[in-house]
Amino acid sequence: MVLSNTFSKSDESIHSTFASRYVRTALPRFKMPENSIPKEAAFQIINDELMLDGNPRLNLASFVTTWMEPECDKLIMASINKNYVDMDEYPVTTELQNRCVNMIAHLFNAPLGEAEAAVGVGTVGSSEAIMLAGLAFKRKWQNKRKAEGKPYDKPNIVTGANVQVCWEKFARYFEVELKEVKLREDYLVMDPVKAVEMVDENTICVAAILGSTLNGEFEDVKLLNDLLVEKNKQTGWDTPIHVDAASGGFIAPFLYPELEWDFRLPLVKSINVSGHKYGLVYAGIGWVIWRSKDDLPEELIFHINYLGTDQPTFTLNFSKGSSQVIAQYYQLIRLGFEGYKNVMENCRENMLVLKAGLEQTGRFNIVSKDNGVPLVAFSLKNNSCHDEFEVSDYLRRFGWIVPAYTMPPDAQNVTVLRVVIREDFSRTLAERLVIDIQKVLHELDTLPSKITAKIALNGENADKNVTVVTKKSAIETQREITTVWRKFVMEKKKMNGVC
Amino acid sequence: MVFIIIIYRQGKAKQSNLHSFPLLPSFFLTFLSKRSLFLYIYIFLNFLVKNKLIKEMVITTTIPDSGEQLQPTFASRYVRTAVPKYKMPADPIPKEAAYQIINDELMLDGTPRLNLASFVTTWMEPECEKLMMAAINKNYVDMDEYPVTTELQNRCVNMIARLFNAPVGETDTAVGVGTVGSSEAIMLAGLAFKRKWQTKRKLEGKPYDKPNIVTGANVQVCWEKFARYFEVDLKEVKLSEGYYVMDPVKAVEMVDENTICVAAILGSTLTGEFENVKLLNELLTKKNKETGWDTPIHVDAASGGFIAPFIYPNLEWDFRLPLVKSINVSGHKYGLVYPGVGWVIWRTKEDLPEDLIFHINYLGSDQPTFTLNFSKGSSQIIAQYYQFVRLGFEGYKNVMENCLENARVLKEGIEKTGLFNIVSKEDGVPLVAFSLKDSSKYDVFEISGSLRRFGWIVPAYTMPPNAEHIAVLRVVIREDFSRALAERLISDIEKVMKEMETHPIRVSTKTAHVTATVDETQDGDDGGKKHIKKSARETPEEIATYWRKLVAGKRTGIC
Repeated sequence: MVLSNTFSKSDESIHSTFASRYVRTALPRFKMPENSIPKEAAFQIINDELMLDGNPRLNLASFVTTWMEPECDKLIMASINKNYVDMDEYPVTTELQNRCVNMIAHLFNAPLGEAEAAVGVGTVGSSEAIMLAGLAFKRKWQNKRKAEGKPYDKPNIVTGANVQVCWEKFARYFEVELKEVKLREDYLVMDPVKAVEMVDENTICVAAILGSTLNGEFEDVKLLNDLLVEKNKQTGWDTPIHVDAASGGFIAPFLYPELEWDFRLPLVKSINVSGHKYGLVYAGIGWVIWRSKDDLPEELIFHINYLGTDQPTFTLNFSKGSSQVIAQYYQLIRLGFEGYKNVMENCRENMLVLKAGLEQTGRFNIVSKDNGVPLVAFSLKNNSCHDEFEVSDYLRRFGWIVPAYTMPPDAQNVTVLRVVIREDFSRTLAERLVIDIQKVLHELDTLPSKITAKIALNGENADKNVTVVTKKSAIETQREITTVWRKFVMEKKKMNGVC
Repeated sequence: MVFIIIIYRQGKAKQSNLHSFPLLPSFFLTFLSKRSLFLYIYIFLNFLVKNKLIKEMVITTTIPDSGEQLQPTFASRYVRTAVPKYKMPADPIPKEAAYQIINDELMLDGTPRLNLASFVTTWMEPECEKLMMAAINKNYVDMDEYPVTTELQNRCVNMIARLFNAPVGETDTAVGVGTVGSSEAIMLAGLAFKRKWQTKRKLEGKPYDKPNIVTGANVQVCWEKFARYFEVDLKEVKLSEGYYVMDPVKAVEMVDENTICVAAILGSTLTGEFENVKLLNELLTKKNKETGWDTPIHVDAASGGFIAPFIYPNLEWDFRLPLVKSINVSGHKYGLVYPGVGWVIWRTKEDLPEDLIFHINYLGSDQPTFTLNFSKGSSQIIAQYYQFVRLGFEGYKNVMENCLENARVLKEGIEKTGLFNIVSKEDGVPLVAFSLKDSSKYDVFEISGSLRRFGWIVPAYTMPPNAEHIAVLRVVIREDFSRALAERLISDIEKVMKEMETHPIRVSTKTAHVTATVDETQDGDDGGKKHIKKSARETPEEIATYWRKLVAGKRTGIC
């Protein structure tokens, strides 16, 4: 029986995929199925379900790269089964990683000799990079305090309230207090003066953001450095700076080479940058660079020895694919400084086109700055009838994913829509988006305001009210399922899911 | 020659600017000698500079590059200029050239399929590769944009939880997350235990600044990492010769009130052996009752988690044991997915402290997350789901049975040479670990080095403290290691052994070498160790082995 069982299955290989029984049986959700199914059927079922995901290329919410050259795709696919951590078996991959670290360190003006190796690691993303950098600061501060015989149990870190959620994660997981500099409605980045005021003897570092997630603005790292140098001189502390250049790290060196934000400033001890943002690589790569060996406490480094050289590792992850590292090296040598510069200039240019188009509608306030990361953040001048969330919702019907979100505390009455201009967002797409936004505005104008509609429905039928509230879920049932899973605690949290 | 033509073409294109320069017809150029040709070009370029045509030149720099597309890849200048190593190059190069340069350099990496050192999956079905490539630009954290991907992740969590007999109802959702690998999974699990212990101690008004964790000395390096980064004291149960896993009795003895958890390993990296989780659970239950503590167990099933449920369904190691609060498993090991996916499952919601979960409020929906990483690709998650629905319980079982069968074939073949002791156990993860009966003439590191010449990557390493005088070779049997390969490996090992036995030259090089390197060895931390020797033609391997020996105690590299 068992034998014939397998035979009957191989017979099914003559069926065409959609004629097989697999497309009509329910997919297992909670338990692994008992039996195998043909690979073609498995592929088709999963592939088809994934069609309901958003199109990454039209996802204007994210900085994360969604397009690479086919040649690079080939390299990525070829190395997908290579384990990055097996440095002994794959020495060339390790070497490519080290080359990337060196190139990025030089790009950030690390004080290195011509052939001196830079200190840094490749990570899965800026989150891991930030945790590593933060951990290094914490350990360094602890060691110093221990040496001075002072208490070392209340470390804190100073950042703006506009930081990405991973800083908060770092603080909570590694038991560091997060001191946030409040924002103002007209000033949506960290104020260096206020930040330096908040620094005390327990501050392990001040984190500045080059390219705020909210509006793409660069924080004034130079001023922060100057103020902090002065404060350090007065107090005798030694508070360093970390620059979170996740999105701006590959913008500033090419578009604003004169801007001093990197290792040219003496207090900047480490910088993280996302390779998968403007580093132009698919998701799954980040980098953290330290100024010098002394800024990375030796006890955090695990040494792996391979082929005669000592390979220090400092990561939170272990086994992972090496595709992204190789892709990063591809981009660095393929594009070179000039290529990156051209890409960034194009992004900026398309950003200006989009911005001009939006301004022309006369309906929006532009919140983002011209200088900074190429994104356009804008809010409705009049959102009494229809708000930004509705605009975002309606744009989805055209295929665009444009997120709307509220600003962090102290500026939370501002709601913005944000469009990130990536390499692959061409001028044609920018113009098309403006047209579609105009269409949406027209459509919304003809509709009664959402609030009144709700009231009307309320009076009519209480049950229908529920459908209005869960309107989105009704259209996209899949999302509802995920929301159910999500709902297991209702604690208000930081806005930031966008990366 | 090609170069000249390009310059000349450009000249043609801008003849209006260049009318004052004596441009030679192309066939004339062929008559010129090499030297006069260069002279002609030099004069031409000078002329351009003088006539301030340089700006023109800058604008057209993209044209010569695209002109070079005419050239075959290996005829371009890019393959003869040095590859940039420290600084980003100033100019772009064509994509074909970039591809070829990187691809060719990567040929020198080992072949992943022949890497018998690693548990990590190196082969998947082409259909799955198609799915992975299609999803490579999808960011896993954008849950709102890619709801189906998120849903697939949740389905995987549920399937694994049920596979591990988590006490969840038929349609209850399990508690767990997908991670980049078992390292992240372990850190998350460890963090949950630490936070739970801290909260409990705080409530009791007791000090909570000296947490510790009890493991065997055979744990993977990431436990050590967790301990150091999250400031937890790692208490290792020492191994002894012949017993290479954690002894539950000794482990429970080491437990004190500050112990956040005991970590047991299902599938020790060294020998593939399963630790006796059931016994540990019983002993710990007893101790908890006596002392009133509440020490839980974590099972690190990185490699064994997808073996035990299929091959040894009656072995109790998972959530059937009441003290097991969390389990981690590597999707990229016997989960049969390419590297970059791991899973951690908690018994219940209560075992995961709420304050570690971040709720991201994004586009109106609440998404709880508990990860150390943020943005990453979603290919691996999708691939894991593919494997689950494609293979099903039956398929996984067949794959694991094949692995065990091939492991047995390999083991018998190695035993037949009569030169090795088998260190690994029959039950456990399908791997064969073997040591030399007599390593006076040559050692396992040499065998490992020689096997590399045949293309095989078979690592050799020493055991952890208290058993460190034993050096073993380890072959991991993965899904894609077929019987044909197993038999070929046996015959290659036989060849290597014959060579070793009959090569008296090696012995003399060895003695010469040992004297030469004594001082070097002393520089290292455990300079006392016996040094290795190698023939001159295998220098890189020699250095590698030298360093390997210097690594103190724990093996760090292979996973």
